[in-house]
Amino acid sequence: MTATSAASTAAAGCAAPDQAAPLPASLDLEKETVITGRVLSESGEVVPGAYVRLLDSTGEFTAEVVTSPAGQFRFFAAPGSWTLRALSRQGNGDTAVAAARGINEVTVSVAA
Amino acid sequence: MSRDTALVSAEWAEKNLGAPGVVFVEVDEDTSAYDTGHIAGAVKLDWRTDLQDQVRRDFVNKSQFEALLSDRGIANDDTVILYGGNNNWFAAYAYWYFKLYGHGDVKLLDGGRKKWELDARPLVTDVVERPKTQYVAQEPDTSIRAFRDEVVAAIGTKNLVDVRSPDEFAGRLLAPAHLPQEQAQRAGHIPTAISVPWSKAANEDGTFKSDDELRKIYADAGLDDSKETIAYCRIGERSSHSWFVLQELLGHRNVKNYDGSWTEYGSLVGVPVALGDEPGEA
Repeated sequence: MTATSAASTAAAGCAAPDQAAPLPASLDLEKETVITGRVLSESGEVVPGAYVRLLDSTGEFTAEVVTSPAGQFRFFAAPGSWTLRALSRQGNGDTAVAAARGINEVTVSVAA
Repeated sequence: MSRDTALVSAEWAEKNLGAPGVVFVEVDEDTSAYDTGHIAGAVKLDWRTDLQDQVRRDFVNKSQFEALLSDRGIANDDTVILYGGNNNWFAAYAYWYFKLYGHGDVKLLDGGRKKWELDARPLVTDVVERPKTQYVAQEPDTSIRAFRDEVVAAIGTKNLVDVRSPDEFAGRLLAPAHLPQEQAQRAGHIPTAISVPWSKAANEDGTFKSDDELRKIYADAGLDDSKETIAYCRIGERSSHSWFVLQELLGHRNVKNYDGSWTEYGSLVGVPVALGDEPGEA
């Protein structure tokens, strides 16, 4: 990442970015640990508008995003053990993930 | 201050939609959520364009704030109910801002947008137009705002509360994990700061925990009630949430929000930085 794009990233706030947007071209997957995937209902339908929480290895909250119209979410974490917890009107659900550098694909299922 | 004066429930809010003298205000960094559906009658504030000066890195000044609220049709004697996404981070930031400029009656909607959505309460896409007002702000109350020199001087003397996630505190992450991690500033925390993530104060639906639970969280973390407190995070919005808990719900005095937070402190030349999970030495 160039100094210019690093500065623009630093100036950005903390609001959840668009979860359906492609990964930024400046993103260095040698350095970033991306945890991404979809939230699915009991019947296997994608769940848009679900709140997905990234919890660290002690269960402490680290970040939260809202899924896209296609049920997608994305986090930029670090290698290690994480838990994804999804809250939705269709119910809630948890999935554990052992993340490595690069892209980690995860599905979180929710049930009432 | 207390829960009764600073907070309203979703039930109360739904019953008071359209009530005279009550203005709902949605605050987000990304206002696309508002545009896809908002609480009936709510006006929007954009954290980035409405609440930040567009040239200097600072707040909008008193006259800019007056122009903003006049434009949105908010009057000095209105009861302002703030809510938003991200567990009310930006709404709490706006609450702190309204207090800073001396607004009389301002409250947070407990649980914000998340609880409202999960409860399946109604959202509308109507364009909200309120008649313009002549809003008059007070001079900024800097007793609730900390600046960098004061923060450096507070190391080892006042309560410093780092409300970021444990991994950001320790220096393992540089930003909340929904954002890319490469950042300009150094990683770590202000030496002697205790780690009390903002999220410990909230239930997973975004509502605040009970006063007893909140008191225990800060007591267990080693907050010394007899000292002044400065809360910080990365850009000052999560620490507004914790400032709200300490000063507005628990009634502590002398709590300041350091809105420069880690993006400023972690970029300063020559200041001490601690790494790891412990507060570190002064």
